[in-house]
Amino acid sequence: MTTSLRLRAAVVSIVLLAVFLGAWHIATRSTGAAANMSPEYAKLMGMTATQGKSAMPGPLDVGAKLWEHLKRPFYDNGPNDKGLGIQLAYSIGRVMLGYLIAVAIAIPLGFLIGMSPLISKALDPFIQILKPISPLAWMPLALYTIKDSSLSAIFVIFICSVWPMLINTAFGVASVRKEWINVARTLEVGNFRRAFTVILPAAAPTILTGMRISIGIAWLVIVAAEMLVGGTGIGYFVWNEWNNLSITNVIIAILLIGVVGMVLDQLLARVSRLVTFPE
Amino acid sequence: MTSDKFISIEGIAKRYEGTRSTTIFENLWLGMARGEFVCVIGHSGCGKTTVLNILAGLDAPSEGVVVVDGQAIEGPSLDRAVIFQSHALLPWRTVLGNVAYAVSSKWRKWDRAKVKAHALKYIELVGLAGSEHKRPSELSGGMKQRVGIARALSITPKIMLMDEPFSALDALTRGTLQDEVRRICVETGQTVFMITHDVDEAIYLADKIVLMTNGPGAVLAEIVENPLPKDRLRGDLHRHPLYYALRNHIIDFLVSRSKTFVAETPDHDPRKVPVVKIGRTEPTIVASKPADSDAPQAAAR
Ligand SMILES: Nc1ncnc2c1ncn2[C@@H]1O[C@H](COP(=O)(O)OP(=O)(O)O)[C@@H](O)[C@H]1O
Ligand SMILES: [Mg+2]
Repeated sequence: MTTSLRLRAAVVSIVLLAVFLGAWHIATRSTGAAANMSPEYAKLMGMTATQGKSAMPGPLDVGAKLWEHLKRPFYDNGPNDKGLGIQLAYSIGRVMLGYLIAVAIAIPLGFLIGMSPLISKALDPFIQILKPISPLAWMPLALYTIKDSSLSAIFVIFICSVWPMLINTAFGVASVRKEWINVARTLEVGNFRRAFTVILPAAAPTILTGMRISIGIAWLVIVAAEMLVGGTGIGYFVWNEWNNLSITNVIIAILLIGVVGMVLDQLLARVSRLVTFPE
Repeated sequence: MTSDKFISIEGIAKRYEGTRSTTIFENLWLGMARGEFVCVIGHSGCGKTTVLNILAGLDAPSEGVVVVDGQAIEGPSLDRAVIFQSHALLPWRTVLGNVAYAVSSKWRKWDRAKVKAHALKYIELVGLAGSEHKRPSELSGGMKQRVGIARALSITPKIMLMDEPFSALDALTRGTLQDEVRRICVETGQTVFMITHDVDEAIYLADKIVLMTNGPGAVLAEIVENPLPKDRLRGDLHRHPLYYALRNHIIDFLVSRSKTFVAETPDHDPRKVPVVKIGRTEPTIVASKPADSDAPQAAAR
């Protein structure tokens, strides 16, 4: 029953993909597109446009280009021409660094907030104000104070991923069932051991949910941040290829951004499943 | 003054302050001897759990103290094990993990093997051998409560505190668990303080049944001594000549006197709660009461 459902869903997925690719192919194949274009724009768009071929690459173009990239993902021909693998590695590296710093701060601080109503109340106004600030709004301030574009991007990742983890950790810790705490208390378990043997496992699913939200946001933000700071990374690559008018590469980058985001999310989903307990 | 008692509740009160401050109970006195099995019966909300939590050290009284074994309690202790109504197992741990957590909390220096062997012994005692690697979510309600009992027993406490431990179970499971708790407690001479709603459960298990009036301002109205022989069997309870007198006395209290007791008994002395012995003909108060005004009342049934 479930396997057949999965099978049928897979078939529908493939059909949808085929329909999408087919439509894309037909839409970009060729038309009298050149006729509707202003001459300047046609000139700008180059051969493809003037020959009546759509400026939008078709799936076959993208596929061929993608294959080229996949064959040599790590080449490095100077600052404006690096393999996609290198660019992605830069982005992932920045996200990981900013994210891990956020984990290291958000989880202990969240514990503190969750355990102490006083600290919770005292910090609440700050969190409420800082949380809704778009991470990119920090960028100028970060560039000015840190004076390093790459570190600024990491800071922006940190600041955007810290809130969901902080809030979820605090919530998870604060809402650990009283009876579990009481079990530890009647067993005279000390504060430190209680934090690790009762509160952490009980709050882990909520904390992981926060971490999963955070990694998603971090990956969303890195692309935008790298467009601003430039230099390296997949975000910079997208912007650079747009300036080169290589829509094919832009499409490939979009695809890869999606795939990496999915992989990051799935990794945390797997960890999340490990710490979830049925009741 | 009550140094002969193993547990001595001395004038405790519990008040909740607030816009409408309430006194759940005040000036509550009760003594328990070592090895005694005491059941408290009273209506929902009268403050039974509060008393138990104070005994456990999980809650602090607004006034008064509880002395256990000559020492005023100041917080939870491994000497006083609690069996929670909701079993309160840690769902991310297995059966063995839950019991071992308690064992390793009591004996911090034991190595893994020793903790495991000790925990397994108690898992076996409650009849769960073979299920030690299951998680609480894979267990039935009765099995979960067994784990809770094993966890409490495994730390060899001086006192067991049970808050309606079987109320969430079906009648059949409840009966089996009552048998087992009784067997274990009689064998080990445990001192037990248990809360229950179930009159038959109290009659089967308890040496003394404490009747608590309705709150707010609940008082301990009577301590009813169980006249049934120590070697009673659950199935034979109702054949005992005093069973119905005892049962009727308790039910009568729950149905009517729990509401009216405080108003009808103005000279009730909370420090000397009357001890009631159920006689063949009618219950009689045998101790510690200016008997004149109250004897007819206790004998009303
Ligand atoms: N935090 C609280 N604030 C005010 N009243 C409370 C609080 N906790 C418990 N109570 C009251 O104390 C009374 C006794 O509760 P409890 O000991 O749980 O009763 P029982 O176990 O006999 O059913 C109840 O009437 C309840 O409403
Ligand atoms: Mg209760």
